[in-house]
Formats: sequence, C-alpha cells, structure tokens
Amino acid sequence: MHLEEGTVPPGYARYIGEKVFLLLVGFALLGALVVFAIAIGSVSYDPFDVLKTLARMPVSKQLDVVVFNIRLPQVLAAVVAGAGLSAAGVVMQSVLCNPLGSPFTLGVSQAAAFGAAFSVMVMGSGFMQSSVSDAVTVVRPGITTMMAFIASMAATGVVVLVAKVRRGSPEVMILAGVALGSLCTAATMFLQYFADDVQLAAMVFWTFGDLARAGWKELGLISAVTAFCILFFAANAWNYNAIDAGDETAMSLGVNVKNVRFLGMALSSLVTAVIISFVGVIGFVGLVCPHIARRLVGGDNRFLLPGSCLVGAILLLAADMAARVMMSPNVLPVAVLTSFVGAPMFLYLLVKGYQR
Amino acid sequence: MILTVDDVTFRYNSHPVLKNVSFRIGSNELLAILGPNGVGKTTLLKCLNGILRPSGGCVYVEDRDLLRMRQMEIARDLAYVPQQNQVGRIAAFDAILLGRRPHIGWRVTESDLCKVEAIIRTLGLEHLSLRNLDEMSGGELQKVNIARALVQEPRVLLLDEPTSSLDLKNQQEILATIRHIVTGHGMAGIMTMHDINSALRFADKVIFMKDGEIYAASEPAGITPEMVRAVYGLPVAIESIRGCPVVVPVDQKEEACSSGTRHRSKILQASGERLY
Repeated sequence: MHLEEGTVPPGYARYIGEKVFLLLVGFALLGALVVFAIAIGSVSYDPFDVLKTLARMPVSKQLDVVVFNIRLPQVLAAVVAGAGLSAAGVVMQSVLCNPLGSPFTLGVSQAAAFGAAFSVMVMGSGFMQSSVSDAVTVVRPGITTMMAFIASMAATGVVVLVAKVRRGSPEVMILAGVALGSLCTAATMFLQYFADDVQLAAMVFWTFGDLARAGWKELGLISAVTAFCILFFAANAWNYNAIDAGDETAMSLGVNVKNVRFLGMALSSLVTAVIISFVGVIGFVGLVCPHIARRLVGGDNRFLLPGSCLVGAILLLAADMAARVMMSPNVLPVAVLTSFVGAPMFLYLLVKGYQR
Repeated sequence: MILTVDDVTFRYNSHPVLKNVSFRIGSNELLAILGPNGVGKTTLLKCLNGILRPSGGCVYVEDRDLLRMRQMEIARDLAYVPQQNQVGRIAAFDAILLGRRPHIGWRVTESDLCKVEAIIRTLGLEHLSLRNLDEMSGGELQKVNIARALVQEPRVLLLDEPTSSLDLKNQQEILATIRHIVTGHGMAGIMTMHDINSALRFADKVIFMKDGEIYAASEPAGITPEMVRAVYGLPVAIESIRGCPVVVPVDQKEEACSSGTRHRSKILQASGERLY
C-alpha cells in the first residue's frame, strides 16, 4: 500500500504545541523552585543574591560557601533523584503493563533497605552521635551504600531471571517482585529484632531518605547514571508506546518486546538502586509522579517521560524545601514529606479528572 | 502472489495446533478464514507475521522467506490488527502514528504526519483524531486500530476477528472499509471471522479450518451446506438473498424429517446430539 501524502493538520500542531508549552512551564517552574530552594532554609537569603552567586558574581563569602557547599548539592540531588525515580516509574509502568509498577512493586527499595540494615548489623557501619541535625549517623556510608546497591541489583537480577524462565511475562515479574520485596522486608525485620539500640536506630535512620547525604562526588555518579538511563528511555519512547498498545501490537510493529522489557526493567532498577543507595528510600515519587504527569501531558511516552521527570523533580524539591523549613532548624526526613506534598495534589487531579 | 503459505505446522509444546496449512493470496484479494473456536485461526495469523514461529513449513512474502526476515522487516510488509488492544490515554492521531514505527528512526518526520493525516481522511476519522482512545466506543477504536495498521503501508493486512464485539452497523462499515482499502490499494487482506454471512458477502475467498487443517477453500459462491455442517457440526441451508449467499441454521428435527432416514443418521453424527 502506498499512501498519498496529506498535510500536517493545524489542530495536531496546536495539540503538540500545548504539550511542549506545558513542559516549558514545568521547566521554568523547576528553575524558579531551584533558586528558592537554595535561598530558603534555617537561614534565608535573598533569591536575587542566590542568582548572582550562581552566576559567579559573589555577593558574600558566606553565601558562596552555603550555596556551593551545602544547598546546591542537596537541591541538585533532589532534582536528579526526583527525575530519575519518576522516569524509572514511567518505564516500569509501561513495560510491566501495570499502573502499580514502581521501584517498590519490584522489591528494589525493600532490597536496598535490607542491604543497608545488613551493613549496619553485620559490618558495623552505624553508631550514635550527638548533633543538632542527626542523632544517629552511618559511620561508613560507603559500605552501607554499596551493600544497598548490591542488594537491590540482586533483587532485580532475581526478578529478571524468574521472568526469563517464564518468557518475560509482566505478571510474573510483578509477582516475583512483590514476593521478593516481602522477603527482604522480613529479612530486615529479622535483623532489626536482634539489633541493639544504636544499630536499630541506624537502620531506621537510613531508610528515611535524606538528600543531604549526597556530596558533589556522589551527585556526579547519580547524575551520570540517571542521565544515561533517561536518554536510553527517551530513545525507546516509541517502543514503550507500542508496548502500551499491547504486546502483540508491539511485535507486529517490529518491536522486540522481550528485549525492550528486560532492558527497561534492568535500567530502571539500576537508576533506582543508585539513587536510593545514596539518598535512602524515597517512596511515592516513582509510583505517583508518572500518573500526575499522565494526567497533565497524556500517555504518549515522548512527552510523558520528560513530563514525569519534571513532576518528580518539582515534587521532591518542594518536599525537601518543606522538610527544611517546617520545623527549622530541625530537618524532617524528605521521604515523609513526599507523600504529604504529592498525595493531595494527586487526589485533586484524580477528582478533577484532568484531560490531557 | 503476495503471500504464499506452504505446509505450515505449529505446535504448542507437543500439541499440534496447525497441520500442513497451505494457501496463496494475491493483490486486491480479501480472504476470510472461518472455523470453530480453538481451531487455530489466530495462531495461523500470528505465524504469518512473525509473532509465532512455525514449527515447520514456509511463508513467503512475494519471493522473500518470512522466517529469515527480522521483525522490523516483517512489520514493513505485514500489518496486524489483533483481537484486543490495550487502551491508553493517548490521542487517536498519536495511536495511528504508532503505525509508522517500522519506518521511523529517532524522530517523526513531516512525511509521517502527512501519511497519518491521509489515512485519517480516507477512513473519515477527522472528528476523532485528537480524542483520547479511552474516550472512544468499540467501533471507533477498531477503526483507529485499522488506520494504525494501514499507515504501516503494508503489502498484507492481517485482521483477527475485526468485527467481534461490534454492532451490525459498525460491522458492515468496518468490513466495507477493509474491502475498499484492500481492493483499492493492491494489498492482500486476511481476516479470521466467526460471522459466515459477512465473510461470504465481503471476502473474495473463504477458507474453512477444522482440527488445525484447511478443510475447504472456495469462493463464496462455491460454499455448500455440507462444508459448513462438516466444520461446525450444524445443519444449515444456504439461501440467496439479493444476490448474496446467506447461511441459515436449520432446525435439526425439521432437517431430519425432510431428509429421510439416510440423512438422519449423518446429521446425528455431525451434530453429536440425540433426537427423540
């Protein structure tokens, strides 16, 4: 069949333009939020002074130190972690053909928590200290992070292996992930039961996500992995769209569904594992941000992926700001606030039934 | 011939589903595959476009061996409309644009968009193009699915029960559209169906399958009540209404009485039921 070519309908160009406009608005909002997030804290600064400092026009030495050594890494960690977790959620939901797909569904987060608990208990990487911000700290964060990463990748490996045996069916992946998550939670509880006060506190503390844990070096690693994975996902946006239409439709369109599913799963687990290994378990973002974005820009992965990254980054940054400001000078765990900030917003969109 | 199916067999584990299926189809031809549930119609379609790999036999698209082609190459020549599609929050235009997947690389070109617009106009879907799939009726969705398959610019169009779950008007519209597209664009069309009368009305050739094999193949005018009875185990009569053959199930008692004792036992055997 050869089609005679028509013309691009102006209605469609306008429709795409609206989506691009929404993404640009999100991007501008994120930029503004970054500046405010740096300016606001236990000591607040003028946002214009922050902008000048960021543009390498030093206002004061103190502000320079606060911006570049303390707040900017934390803010960028929020942006990168929010974007990465949300992108992982989009891909998991797409390749698993399940709206409940997220790092939690596949046991990645629970496995990371187990890895950290194992490191604290068996390798002795947690101890008690007195400070204003944290009562407990992890004395050897490198080992804890490494163990969390190894555990979460092992969990992913088991899920992928089980799915491979059962020919890559999404139901098998989800069920295997739920079973593995449950196993890891039970194993963590087992360790906690036998832990002393300090170890228990260190284990629980680690599971509270904390974006301040990531310094420039860690941020560099998280950013590199996240950027690579997001670019890979973006290159596969058409393949995810095809799988969204059903496996058979995708195959008839030339998509190698099994490969796309395995690679999507492996890389979304990798990005999740890297992020939560460094900043702790942050729930909700990976599950709900894709749904919020879907209601704003639709289900086309060409727009859903960047949209979700923006929503994830904005939500995590807003939650982090709130965590620092609400009980200043004390800082609340950001993971507690992601749901507090995101859930009402999501419920509002659900009730309103936002179109496209 | 556009598509040649030569001695294709398929097994699920050790259970044979297709046994030595062979047929050929040329351009501008629409073929209907009929048969009871579970006879292997859908499996046959999946073997024809690489979703399933036949256990034996060959499939040729023009002179190329389908079993040696990559999935993306197959997708450029054969388009498939499965029985069920998942419905997401995506506009009809974008859902149809997905059909350009085998032809696009990193990004959509203006030519791809123009082709989508052309097929939307051909099928009269202009009013639906920016509506989300999850807001559409069954008939509208099926038209979008067919549009997606057509925008692939295939040589062969495969449709798995394209009219199941559609009302009478939508059934007629969809089949008329398929026939018009296939015969007007030099394509070959293969559709599996349960509605014999629609198949006889719209298809150029009809294949009856029984126990994984081709039981009979004929033009609609050559279909006999015996063929239908042998395949479905149901006595029928074929009447002509306004020039179209129409298959009408016959009451088994009535058939038995009018046919006499000799036919009586045959009907009982075919239907697998007892008469008292």
